[in-house]
Amino acid sequence: MLDATEGYTTEDGRKIGGVVMEMKNITLRFGGVTAIEDISFDVHEGEIRAIIGPNGAGKSSMLNVISGFYNPQEGEVWYKGAKRPPMKPYQVARQGIARTFQNIALFEGMTVLDNVMTGRIRQMKAGLLSQALWKGKAEREEVENRAFVEKIIDFLEIQHIRKTPVGRLPYGLKKRVELARALAAEPSILLLDEPMAGMNVEEKEDMSRFVLDVNDEFGTTIVLIEHDMGVVMDLSDRVVVMDYGKKIGDGTPDEVRGNQAVIDAYLGVAHD
Amino acid sequence: MAQSSSAADGLSSIPALLQRNVERMGARPAYREKEFGIWQSWSWAETAAEIEALALGLLNLGVDEGDFIAIAGRNRPYFYWAMVATQCVGAIPVPVYQDSAAEEMAYVLDHCGARFAIVEDQEQVDKIIEVQDQLHQLEHMIYIDPRGLRKYDHHKLHQYSHVQEQGRAAREEFAEDLAARRAKLDYNSTCVMLYTSGTTGKPKGVVLSNRNIIEASKSSAEFDHLTKNEEVLAYLPMAWVGDFIFSIGQAYWCGFCVNCPESADTMQTDLREIGPTYYFAPPRVFETQLTNVMIRMEDAGRFKKWLFDHFMAHARKVGPAILDGKNVGLGARLKYALGNLLVYGPLKDTLGLARVRVGYTAGEAIGPEIFDFYRSLGINLKQLYGQTEASVFITLQPDGEVHSDTVGVAAPGVELRIADTGEVFYRSAGVFEEYYKNAESTASTKDAEGWVATGDAGFIDEATGHLRIIDRAKDVGQMADGQMFAPKYVENKLKFYPNILEAVVFGNGRKQCAAFINIDLSAVGNWAERNNIGYASYQELAGHPKVLETIKSHVEEVNRSLAEDPMLAHCQVHRFLVLHKELDADDGEMTRTRKVRRGVISEKFEDLLGALYDGSDEIYTTTEVTYEDGRKGSISATLKIIDAEVVPVDAPQQEAAE
Repeated sequence: MLDATEGYTTEDGRKIGGVVMEMKNITLRFGGVTAIEDISFDVHEGEIRAIIGPNGAGKSSMLNVISGFYNPQEGEVWYKGAKRPPMKPYQVARQGIARTFQNIALFEGMTVLDNVMTGRIRQMKAGLLSQALWKGKAEREEVENRAFVEKIIDFLEIQHIRKTPVGRLPYGLKKRVELARALAAEPSILLLDEPMAGMNVEEKEDMSRFVLDVNDEFGTTIVLIEHDMGVVMDLSDRVVVMDYGKKIGDGTPDEVRGNQAVIDAYLGVAHD
Repeated sequence: MAQSSSAADGLSSIPALLQRNVERMGARPAYREKEFGIWQSWSWAETAAEIEALALGLLNLGVDEGDFIAIAGRNRPYFYWAMVATQCVGAIPVPVYQDSAAEEMAYVLDHCGARFAIVEDQEQVDKIIEVQDQLHQLEHMIYIDPRGLRKYDHHKLHQYSHVQEQGRAAREEFAEDLAARRAKLDYNSTCVMLYTSGTTGKPKGVVLSNRNIIEASKSSAEFDHLTKNEEVLAYLPMAWVGDFIFSIGQAYWCGFCVNCPESADTMQTDLREIGPTYYFAPPRVFETQLTNVMIRMEDAGRFKKWLFDHFMAHARKVGPAILDGKNVGLGARLKYALGNLLVYGPLKDTLGLARVRVGYTAGEAIGPEIFDFYRSLGINLKQLYGQTEASVFITLQPDGEVHSDTVGVAAPGVELRIADTGEVFYRSAGVFEEYYKNAESTASTKDAEGWVATGDAGFIDEATGHLRIIDRAKDVGQMADGQMFAPKYVENKLKFYPNILEAVVFGNGRKQCAAFINIDLSAVGNWAERNNIGYASYQELAGHPKVLETIKSHVEEVNRSLAEDPMLAHCQVHRFLVLHKELDADDGEMTRTRKVRRGVISEKFEDLLGALYDGSDEIYTTTEVTYEDGRKGSISATLKIIDAEVVPVDAPQQEAAE
């Protein structure tokens, strides 16, 4: 099995680091409804970790716990070796956790470039006056951050829409812009909420390649929720399976595929 | 022919031209590429340093003289350097279409026996790895973009910048060898090998020498007075001879700057930012741009629309004449100047063509309306006629002598001859050396005296002295009375109407011409929508009386324009019908590149063809169709056959081909 501190090597030869985040016995309730019940799992540095499960299984709630949007009633979130106190989402973001949303949340009236630049907000430290006058530190910062953002625009191949308002873009490209904005924050953990939802096969292939490239190029740890089984099994190193707020499986795609509880709850029949 | 092996001025290779440019204008920009949102530029001196580093790196990897190095990627400075570096070490660059399928690439790489390939990214690397079993000679691959390639086995895979670094490190060891190899290059050495796309059979490798490329570049640059101040945007495939001539031949000869777009999708923005002074595009690009303008004008406010229509009408009237420096009244000139301020200028700027001094289009026929639109804006758009085998230039239109239906006069240094069959032959310093490993094709294309068959039929227009290309020689036939029958020429005229998607003209061995026509569903459908005409299918729309009436008026217009042309007046379309189905590659009626297959069509629609010639008014027919998923079905329809008005022609004219 996995060694918590030492990490492991994947089938394709990638070196995965030690545990960077650990969820311990998380329980989340909304009134009488228990969305997440006593779930524990860990995330290693540099791995692609998927959370899967049928509708209403609590996947998005789990992601919201990680991103600080919900604070669980019970359980602990450990991040980089320390227990995380209850936090607001912006505080979590400052710790280096960035996310994309299931229903795209971009500024529709702003250009792609401006949207991605908002992802750099954490790196901008110049004061209000300096920003308004755009002199000295503010100007320097803007130039540095623009250079960084341009690298990401190049990386995700969205140069042609750099100056296009986001509202005019098709869905697949909006998803890519959202990923760009998340990457602009230089996250150490990237949370992707259904990055391929509503995409056609070609867009899915593109997005999968970008997810792998992000992981490979920047060494970013990725936690993703996804419905498309093919995508999940191809992309991820390890998979957590949830059903009715409970964890019913955890392991490599192959292990999960063979797990009877998972088959019964979700997959129906074993994929070949 | 006795030819000296070096040029008069000692500049007998591209590397020699590079050296000259470094000495004369080392600090001027040679290449620009937009990357990370900014135009990065390299001077001639920097370019020479980059090329030298790569050349040393190639020596370090063991490139031998005479090796072929395949190059596959989009237009980027790195690839242009790679071609010149290849030449520096005495090897031969073979640019390959980067979008070609793995099998096609395998054919080319295997045919030339490339030992090295310089490619762009993971996509190309994967493609070659996929077919490497077939490529016994391929040893090393060099890539530019490392993304996704980190984990690949790097025994035979190298990053471009690393090859350069190793080259710089090994400078002492290889500098002498490099200088020696460079010094050996002369006018007879191979400059580049380009594969023709080949509509029939396998691609052929056209070997072009330094003489071919440099002479063709020199004379064409002089023809259009190109200087070191030109700006070009390199966006057409690097494997195409035109790009090699514009972005390497002429660029090195004149010393102008080659600008590379950020990506294929940003071409329009980059074009506007650079504002090229010398520009080439196939007709398709001009067509698309014009359509975009028109669509946007349809959505514009009423005043803007009025302004546009008003001034464009004026521009059509006097624009081309002003451009050609002809006599135009002062009033009309003033109005044109005002139009330039309000409409033409801003429009040209939006199109990215504001600074174009010399613009060319070639490759296929351009619609006269499209051609005139750009010329009326004051853009000096001209046509040229060329081939890979000619190092591009066969004929060019001189400034001030531009006609939409001719391709111009023989380029400087080119001799033209029209054979009795009507086929055009040429001879020039740009004529290719040979087809690589294909003596048979070489012999059948180029004769002992150096005349090359173009495969196109044409004649010299008496009024202008310009060459007119009519058709592919093999398509040209004879009508019953012995007059020339040129179907594609007539079809192109018909297809210039947006409502007509395809046309197939018959007449070989017959007394009269007749045609099958396909309407353009999007254009006609749009019209139907605006006029509240309901329709359920292509077939229904194609049979609508109003549609037939419109098509009839188009055919008659074509007839009138044909009648003005003594050579082709007898090719007027007497009768036509609008087909009940779209011609489709799935049904074998067209090639995958959308060229009509006359043989298949006339066999398949034999009954319809018969009806065109037996005088009947309508005919009932059933046709088998193949759906996209491979299932077969059939459609039947009663088609109306329509008589079009023709302009009476006098007694048969003499062939005026000389």
